[in-house]
Amino acid sequence: MKDFLFVFRAEPNSLANASPDEMQAMTKRWMDWIGGIAAQNKLTNRGNRLFPSGKVVKPGNVITDGPYSEIKESIGGYSIVKANSLEEAAELAKGCPALSVGGSVEVREINEM
Amino acid sequence: MPLYFCKGIRFMKETELIPHLFRTEYSKIVSVLYKLFGIEHIEIAEDIVSDTFLLASELWGLKGLPENPTAWLYTVAKNKTKDYLKHHSVFIEKVSKDIKYSAPLFNEAEIDLSPKNINDSQLAMMFTVCHPCNPAEVQIGLALNLLCGFGAAEIANAFLTNKEVIYKRLQRGREKLRTEKIKIEQPVLSEINERLPAVLITLYLLFNEGYYSSNEDVSLRKDLCLEAMRLTYLLVENDYTNKPEVNALLSLMCFHSSRFEARTGEDGSSILYEDQDTKLWDRELIEKGEFFLDRASVGNMLSKYHLEAAIAYWHTHKEDSQQKWENILQLYNQLLQIEYSPIAALNRTFALAKANGKKEAIAEAEKLNLFDNHLYFTLLGNLYTDVDNVKALKHYEKALSLSGSNPGKAIIAKSMEKLIMSLAS
Repeated sequence: MKDFLFVFRAEPNSLANASPDEMQAMTKRWMDWIGGIAAQNKLTNRGNRLFPSGKVVKPGNVITDGPYSEIKESIGGYSIVKANSLEEAAELAKGCPALSVGGSVEVREINEM
Repeated sequence: MPLYFCKGIRFMKETELIPHLFRTEYSKIVSVLYKLFGIEHIEIAEDIVSDTFLLASELWGLKGLPENPTAWLYTVAKNKTKDYLKHHSVFIEKVSKDIKYSAPLFNEAEIDLSPKNINDSQLAMMFTVCHPCNPAEVQIGLALNLLCGFGAAEIANAFLTNKEVIYKRLQRGREKLRTEKIKIEQPVLSEINERLPAVLITLYLLFNEGYYSSNEDVSLRKDLCLEAMRLTYLLVENDYTNKPEVNALLSLMCFHSSRFEARTGEDGSSILYEDQDTKLWDRELIEKGEFFLDRASVGNMLSKYHLEAAIAYWHTHKEDSQQKWENILQLYNQLLQIEYSPIAALNRTFALAKANGKKEAIAEAEKLNLFDNHLYFTLLGNLYTDVDNVKALKHYEKALSLSGSNPGKAIIAKSMEKLIMSLAS
């Protein structure tokens, strides 16, 4: 099996106004989804969430603040999964809770160095 | 704290007493002598302690019990050791350095069988036996053999294999410890951190061997569990090894073993969790489990033993509730992220059905790909029951054809019976 990177993107503020109950429900959906992948023995690394703010370093060592105008949806986190093919990996991404708030999952095969 | 493992000695007859003392005292005395003689000469230690018990069975039968049988055994073992050392001057010259090194007390011709030295010796031996130079199955065999005083035949019986296989395995394991020159000594602090995980894995597997084995000899299985608990308790009693994950492991063992009486019927058949009489659950062990789980909850380390102990904790509440199954589901979600195992995947899916409903659980179950595991089809049979009983029956049939053990088959057959009844009506 090969490793694939999931990059989760969503509106950075999509949960900003959520109530504690809604936040908890969202956490549960993430845990259930990732637990489902782990239960298939296809989770390599759960990965992490990312804070919404950041900086971008550009040619000439120019540092700018995020969020970034180039990417409408901010990267909210990443995970690494195992699959036999890109298609199978994409299949695993279905049901990701990011999709239910208008976000997306980018699936990329890891090209090991 | 007194653990529940020790039974009253006073009311036993000689015929019961010697096997009992053999169980409890053999491993204590032999550990001290193992440490004294070193890994090179563990057979000498075994011969001395075996001779001691042989003498006990001969003399006690003739003259009746001594006032304090345990003290008698200790004195005889000490004297036999001293005699051995006296009469084997060649041996002593050859290895005297080692002996002095590992046991300064030898100079005073004193063998220390104090509770503290017994514990220290057993702990040292535990780290030797669980040395990763041997594969896991060999470590478990050696633990039973060297730490618990089980013979090859008993171990073979417990593992449902033949004596020769175990005998060879034990010889291989002993030889490996010798050639690798693994010392029998209290590991230093840095080594404890490095080697404790291997020790815990062996104790965990030893417990599971007793708890989940398909062996129909219930008392033997109980013995394995109790030995695993006794050894884990030794770790908890020692300041250096009294770590949160060790307490978590002991907690897990307490919770599981609290159901020992309830999970086997009078005819030896297995009783499923749902059908158990909670009055037969051992409250004292449940409380001990809670005590050790509490002690495990310090620091920020979350081991798989913590998660499994927490899951076992929720199972000590029989009645279904959303809170119970939601907690169990999330614990399994975390456990699977630390370490995948088919049984955790199946149990997680069962919890998913209870927490989120059968529809979602069936969809997830279909993705598990455990087609050679009878428990997978048992799970599917369970999930499809009352959703699609024809499908449920098919899954149970498949489970029955894959199951290797009689108690396992009996449980599946029972579920099938219920289904056939409801299909007929």
